[in-house]
Amino acid sequence: MKLKHIILGAVLLLLFSGISNAQEESEKLVSHKFKLELEAEYRYFYDKALYPGQKSNFPSAAITPEYTASWNKGYDVITVKPFFRWDVDDKRTHFDLRELYYQKAKNNWEVSVGLKKIYWGVTESQHLVDIINQTDAVESFDNEQKLGQPMVQYSRNTNIGTFDLFYLPYFRIRSFPGEKSRLRFPVVIEDDDVTFNNKSEEWHQDFAFRWSHSIGAFDLGFSNFYGTGREPIILQNQFGYDFFYDVINQTGVDVQVTLGAFLWKIESIYRSSDLQDMFAFAGGLEYTFGNVDGNGLDIGILGEYLYDDRGDLALSSAQNDVFFGSRIAFNDVQSTEFLIGGLVDMERSSNIFSLEASRRVGESWRVEAEGRILSEVSNTEPILYFFRNDSFLKLSVFKFF
Amino acid sequence: MKKLIITLALPLIFGSVNGQKGLEIAKAADKADIGWGSSTVELNMSLKNKNGQTSSRSMSNKTLEMKDDGDKSMITFNSPADVKGTATLTYTHREGPDDQWLYLPAIARVKRISSSNKSGPFMGSEFAYEDLSSQEVEKYTYKFIEQKGSMLIVEQIPTDPKSGYTKRIVTYNKDKGYRIENTEFYDRKGSHLKTLKFTDYEQYLGKYWRASTMTMVNHQSNKETRLVFKDYKFGLKLTDEDFSQNALKRAGN
Repeated sequence: MKLKHIILGAVLLLLFSGISNAQEESEKLVSHKFKLELEAEYRYFYDKALYPGQKSNFPSAAITPEYTASWNKGYDVITVKPFFRWDVDDKRTHFDLRELYYQKAKNNWEVSVGLKKIYWGVTESQHLVDIINQTDAVESFDNEQKLGQPMVQYSRNTNIGTFDLFYLPYFRIRSFPGEKSRLRFPVVIEDDDVTFNNKSEEWHQDFAFRWSHSIGAFDLGFSNFYGTGREPIILQNQFGYDFFYDVINQTGVDVQVTLGAFLWKIESIYRSSDLQDMFAFAGGLEYTFGNVDGNGLDIGILGEYLYDDRGDLALSSAQNDVFFGSRIAFNDVQSTEFLIGGLVDMERSSNIFSLEASRRVGESWRVEAEGRILSEVSNTEPILYFFRNDSFLKLSVFKFF
Repeated sequence: MKKLIITLALPLIFGSVNGQKGLEIAKAADKADIGWGSSTVELNMSLKNKNGQTSSRSMSNKTLEMKDDGDKSMITFNSPADVKGTATLTYTHREGPDDQWLYLPAIARVKRISSSNKSGPFMGSEFAYEDLSSQEVEKYTYKFIEQKGSMLIVEQIPTDPKSGYTKRIVTYNKDKGYRIENTEFYDRKGSHLKTLKFTDYEQYLGKYWRASTMTMVNHQSNKETRLVFKDYKFGLKLTDEDFSQNALKRAGN
């Protein structure tokens, strides 16, 4: 905990030095923006719990305020975005600084200092190349929620693409669900159960580089990350599994080709470390039948193939799987949308079906529903088998200010 | 035999003469709007359904004029509150499909999206994407219909087969820099679908006309969308760097 305070202090110091410098050189016109998001959520797991202590009903609430101060026509900005969730599960009750950074943009370059979120990649069912931020694993099933990552980022636009350099001084550990929670292993993984395979632990100094470019129909990305792997490495021992954080080098490639209503997508990574080398691939397409009824109804179809050479020891359980899905958008006043999909294992019986729906209510409310159904999970599936009774339905109501 | 050829050729000749005249008007309108450089504007969109219930969206728009290609533009949503900070970046092209990216602030993701679905509604409104994208001369074929005082009426047929329209009837005002006064849209079946009226025109930099109100009425659904433009700014010297994917991520600031 102390380390966290030190890094936050350092970040704040950097932020305030940024403010004083910037204010000297630019006009004093500062614009302030405040946003607030409140969420009430209910998750219901309809199958009987497998492990002692697990609950089936999870009422929960979350609050996300966001404050932005910008000046110099918006080229200088400070963003503060804390997040707090309360849940029945102690581990899911958590606080995070999603964002707390100062950013300066000038001509073709941009610098950010502080905690920030960075997203890389193009595929929908897996996010392989996306590595800067730690996943907020207790927050959502799809791993799209991330913890704020301390960084110094420098970005430069050129004729031959955008170059991004990252200095990442501190590693955020991944939190796993607690005793009362579903979607967990038989044994609760506490924060310090995952051991570091390097002496500097959270303070290993990480670096990343990314080149990205859009040329006509092509959007290309090439990235390299050297530092503590965000995903714990799972190794089998004679009693079960061991979890480690190790220093990795990860090279990633992402490509999207946009041709008419077709989006062709590829992501691939090669990751090496002392404990494990791995290769993973995700690729497929999305095609949208636009405005099929003349009233704005869009029906998209998605198909992606997923490969991971870790096989059974891939945390994603997507070692040789096919994802298929459909995105349905009504493009109505309430922005009603559905995303239905299934992840089908090519070698075993296991399937994960999912449904996500959202709709705006009035001008400042939104309702979301989510269902994840784990079906016929094979007992040869070493990780997913632990979650075989954890299909759930979720309803969320958001209020925005 | 000669008579027959003349009879057959007359509509062809008139056709091409009217086609030529229509194209010239579109070119004149295009030329009258060259040289404004870049602009920003605040938009308020109010949607009214057939029962008269309304809802509104507000957004900011930035546009950069390109010399040899279509304009670049960025739209940032300020409301409804759940989409605040969501932004789109569009590079329009005179020929071929436009390039378009969407920024989703909740997951900090920039997504390249297909621009082929141009006939779909923009944010549940009566405006289709193609109604709001930059109007390039090359995107239509033309036929001059008639002149009423200073009003020039031209039929435009979209060259893109993915357009939601078979034709548009556009009324240009010759005495006011060829500004458009109204446009009538005909759907794929050839029926009159919508009418767009441009009102409350103001002139900027002593030359360029911009309507402060655009009202789109759908005759088939009886729904209406009104766009009100406020705080037009020209001469801001925006550059390509303000229309990069990095700039798209900063759009909500």
